[in-house]
Amino acid sequence: MTIRTLGRLLSEHPLFQGLSQETLDLLAGCARNEVHKPGAFIYRTGEDADRFYIVRHGAVALENASVERGVLTIQTLGRGEVLGISWLVPPFRHHNDARAIGWARLVAIDARCLRDKCDQDHDLGYALMRRFLPLFAERLKQAELQLMDVYNVHR
Amino acid sequence: MFTAERAAGAGMVPVPCRVLRRSRETADCCTLVVEAPGGAADFLPGQFNMLYLFGVGEVPISISGDHRQRDRLVHTTRAVGPVTQAIQELRRGDSVGVRGPFGSAWPLQQAQGRDVLIIGGGLGLAPLRPAIYALLRQRRRYGNITVLYGARSPEELLFRRELSLWRERRGIHVEVTVDCAGRGWHGRVGVVTRLIPQCRFDPASAVALICGPETMMQYAVGELLAAGLGADNVYLSMERNMKCALGLCGHCQLGPLFVCRDGPVLSYARVERLLATREL
Repeated sequence: MTIRTLGRLLSEHPLFQGLSQETLDLLAGCARNEVHKPGAFIYRTGEDADRFYIVRHGAVALENASVERGVLTIQTLGRGEVLGISWLVPPFRHHNDARAIGWARLVAIDARCLRDKCDQDHDLGYALMRRFLPLFAERLKQAELQLMDVYNVHR
Repeated sequence: MFTAERAAGAGMVPVPCRVLRRSRETADCCTLVVEAPGGAADFLPGQFNMLYLFGVGEVPISISGDHRQRDRLVHTTRAVGPVTQAIQELRRGDSVGVRGPFGSAWPLQQAQGRDVLIIGGGLGLAPLRPAIYALLRQRRRYGNITVLYGARSPEELLFRRELSLWRERRGIHVEVTVDCAGRGWHGRVGVVTRLIPQCRFDPASAVALICGPETMMQYAVGELLAAGLGADNVYLSMERNMKCALGLCGHCQLGPLFVCRDGPVLSYARVERLLATREL
């Protein structure tokens, strides 16, 4: 897929709505397509969050593995959803494993390149922060609801 | 004179009904099918009955069956106390007392011509199931019908076979998610409220029917209002400490409302302030 096609794809994504063409071109320049086999790890806990992803096709499971409870899937992300949001938060490391469920086609965006650009261009940094912050807030709200374990009546 | 007949007519006396079947849904939930009192059940989707286990006690249980099957009553319960535990142990031929039906119903008439969103959490799918049956029976009268169902884990999903059948059926969109899962589960993981922004509905007119733990319902309402639905088009099935089912004892009082009499189905517009009051 060409950078131009990736650019169009990114410009149609709700997360990037309203960004200037210049910024979209920049994003497209940092982006590439990835295809992951069923069961393949896209990233693992503790790895550098040097990419974030938009799911194009398929689904990805976010997993936490522990000695006590084994492997638990805490969230699945499907088409259009954003994966790897730790790219924007120091220390820029993933805090769970991401594993493809079935074949997963993703757009991967080079976060290191983008972080550097954001440091140089604060308007770009602000524009991206405004788009990612609601995503963090949404994930936090979902995590709160999971944490409340509302369906557990035997507590 | 207040006779036994008048008391029975007023829903004060349990009618003994024979258990036809009990089937296990999850480790702590079962569905109980009993003969309808007097041979003919007459209830509306969303209503509940009081089930009396002789010598044990009485509990309010929503009706989870098809209101067109008039010869039987279906209730799905979770073992959380002595009565509901005893229900889990009933066998075919045992007797259970039934009072009811009580309470308000899902606004299916009002929803005609509109998109309908059904959002269930955990055991909350049970009182929604009669509404789903009714909607499917009169499918043409409604717009998009979407069922969103969330549970704690794959093992705790209710009506799994039926969910699969509905998913394969045209004219209804069904999404199921669980809060947490092991690797054996290949479906969605995440809270049920996450599914709301992904649904197709006309926010100007859609009607949402929600049942589940109160916290889950409040989060769901938050998503629906953010999507543009009006508070008067969102309906919740409330669960409070219902005892008499007649609006007399006051156990289920929620501000000016008695949930057993004014509810259990209430519009969000009516309960919004009450739900936000911690002391109630």
